[in-house]
Amino acid sequence: MSNMRSLTFDAIIIGGGGAGMRAALELAKSGKKTAVLSKVFPTRSHTVSAQGGITCAIASADPEDDWRWHMYDTVKGGDYIADQDAAEYMCSEGPKAVFELEHMGLPFSRFDNGRIYQRPFGGQSKNFGEGGQAARTCAAADRTGHALLHTLYQNNLKNNTTFLNEWYAVDLVKNANGDVVGCIAMDIETGEVVHVKSKATVLATGGSGRIYASTTNALINTGDGIGMALRAGVPMQDMEMWQFHPTGIHGAGVLVTEGCRGEGGYLVNKDGERFMERYAPNAKDLAGRDVVARSMVMEILEGRGCGEHGDHVFLKLDHLGEEVLSKRLPGIVELAKTFAHVDPAQEPIPVVPTCHYMMGGIATNVHGQAIAQDAEGNDHIVNGLYACGEAACVSVHGANRLGGNSLLDLVVFGRAAGMFIESALNEGIEYLDANEADIETAMKRITRWNESEGGESVPALKRELQNIMQNAFGVFRQEDNMQKGVQQLAELRERIAKAHLPDKSGAFNTARVEALELDNLMEVAEATAIAALERKESRGAHSRYDYPDRDDVNWLKHSMYFPAEKKVGQRDVNFAPKTVDMFEPKVRTY
Amino acid sequence: MSKLQVSLYRYHPETDSAPYMQEFQVDTQGRDLMVLNLLEMIKEDDSTIAYRRSCREGVCGSDGMNMNGKNGLACITPLSAVVKNNKLTLRPLPGLPVIRDLVVDMGLFYKQYERIHPYLQNDTPSPAIERLQSPEERDKLDGLYECILCACCSTACPSFWWNPDKFVGPAGLLQAYRFLADSRDTATRERLSELEDPFSVFRCRGIMNCVAVCPKGLNPTRAIGKIREMLLANAT
Repeated sequence: MSNMRSLTFDAIIIGGGGAGMRAALELAKSGKKTAVLSKVFPTRSHTVSAQGGITCAIASADPEDDWRWHMYDTVKGGDYIADQDAAEYMCSEGPKAVFELEHMGLPFSRFDNGRIYQRPFGGQSKNFGEGGQAARTCAAADRTGHALLHTLYQNNLKNNTTFLNEWYAVDLVKNANGDVVGCIAMDIETGEVVHVKSKATVLATGGSGRIYASTTNALINTGDGIGMALRAGVPMQDMEMWQFHPTGIHGAGVLVTEGCRGEGGYLVNKDGERFMERYAPNAKDLAGRDVVARSMVMEILEGRGCGEHGDHVFLKLDHLGEEVLSKRLPGIVELAKTFAHVDPAQEPIPVVPTCHYMMGGIATNVHGQAIAQDAEGNDHIVNGLYACGEAACVSVHGANRLGGNSLLDLVVFGRAAGMFIESALNEGIEYLDANEADIETAMKRITRWNESEGGESVPALKRELQNIMQNAFGVFRQEDNMQKGVQQLAELRERIAKAHLPDKSGAFNTARVEALELDNLMEVAEATAIAALERKESRGAHSRYDYPDRDDVNWLKHSMYFPAEKKVGQRDVNFAPKTVDMFEPKVRTY
Repeated sequence: MSKLQVSLYRYHPETDSAPYMQEFQVDTQGRDLMVLNLLEMIKEDDSTIAYRRSCREGVCGSDGMNMNGKNGLACITPLSAVVKNNKLTLRPLPGLPVIRDLVVDMGLFYKQYERIHPYLQNDTPSPAIERLQSPEERDKLDGLYECILCACCSTACPSFWWNPDKFVGPAGLLQAYRFLADSRDTATRERLSELEDPFSVFRCRGIMNCVAVCPKGLNPTRAIGKIREMLLANAT
């Protein structure tokens, strides 16, 4: 152990996606000794796959637009368990963060007057739901995530950020007081394992859609930050809340942006009926994603699905014309041709609800500080640990995220975390150093894999995990099925703990990375399953056949999953925005 | 249906003194898989095979490789597009040092990207809102900003193979022009002056391999032509 190399930083940011790189940019500008540690070269992060845009009241499409309307939509979209102080912060700070991106060079599409192009997205309204559909999603064609991620990487280059590219964070290191004081990380190219010491450790590791068999998520989305935090004893908030995006390409799982419907596309069943008119008479195809996804599943279950097996519906775009498709949705045309073998200018795209986004994660305040709870249910800060982006649950998305709000979340809260850490470092942070035993604890799991001599293979176990989640924790859920799922996961955990890594070599050992990722998928899956079983109501993305109604008496709360006991508690939702009146929970219709 | 014959480039720096080709027979059950899916199938049986991958939909640029002699992205290349006579040969991108199997050291490629200062430079104070840009001005960035840095183009370019340290290469030059073409960028003169030497731009011989292989359908040769025009106009 003592011969292990160590690196020391003021702040280490784990994850090189939008949130991590936005935080890093803030810190690089401050002159603090900062590094971004990413398991892939930063522009390969999953932010690159975001298509439709970044939702923000910049008052371009509508000069009268108001961030408060956006906040209202966000809180309603989240089925009232979004924290209203956080939603207020995101929606009011948003324009500043978006204009900064434009100033950095992000190639937004434009209106004739030269301002940023905005398109309608689901769940958007004017005047607190009273003024009809809004167009609030700022777009760079249908490649907004790519444009955003590259712009952030470019500006980090400009500001000389240190990058540890193709490094994999294995586990957090805690000192004797329980403060997070860095991590154990592996240089993938050589296999060298290093102790990274830091006064601030930021988990910006993104989502974990790969716990499901069918997902829009990249192969790298394995919940590494969530796994690390859970193993360090940090509780997870609202892990039962998983968004199923209405339009994943059937069979491939590849995302087709909601912007297709924003530009005028719509869903049809096998009879050619525009069925969303029945489920959401006002917003129709632009209702909340949870509502649209459920409606699609209902159509399929009731025998009105399309195709030989009646297992999908169609997204119709041909009426938009070549001009709109090539100008506004060029990436979608490409993806549809590649993965569905259809030209959307001629034929509809076969789509099905597909796991897309983790609303839950590490509970944080608006500064990105991680929050845990004591035995009495009181919040306390986890010293040294921060989270932002999809890995965090700040919570602006509540039980269902609105389209375009994830990119806004990651730039606003990446920036906020960066600013807060800079001032905290200026004020001075001193934590006790980790001792040998602390480091050994963090090394336990990689040592286990390195010493494994036999056992089951990683890919087979991963597939089993994904199938359990897909079958028991999908769009609709019910008690008996979830019970069974939880039990299967418990057995699977035992087997994963004895699984085998045959390749023990150092250089670019992707099998070792995949083994370490499997542990994280396991942590995320179990937290999801146990929280889903516990929340006995239907709210947002969490829909139960056995508890079909929202229960504001018992469940107008965040869930908190505690890994040591594998028990679920509750945490209060914030209803105290600073500058506006709070939005009272209402029946949610579109 | 006979099994697909896959020939895979193997090299492990810790155990192999030289690279070699390993043969696999894969039963695809007649499905027109993407090359990446095929690799995943092979890796399930032999976990030691190393390659990069992330988005699996052609937007992250991780899995550029050489498939039956042509560079491309494994995740959006169906077998039907590359397999010839039931045979597929997979090699790492040419011209860069190999770390292991299909994983190359992209250091030189990234260095040439960084060299062109790939970020917007504007010396006027930022307005309170966005900088305005007309749709026509914005249109000039189409076909440029979409680059995913997969390196398929630069590693297919003989000029880059020959002078990877001095010739910026098609990917870097495409991005150089992306900023030269941006109505919001004010560093045109500085950008051009850094490209004036005989190598950075002028080593391009118009071979157009870059255009032939770009998985995003971009045209670096045209962008290089535009930079040349600007350099010549600047010189007079």
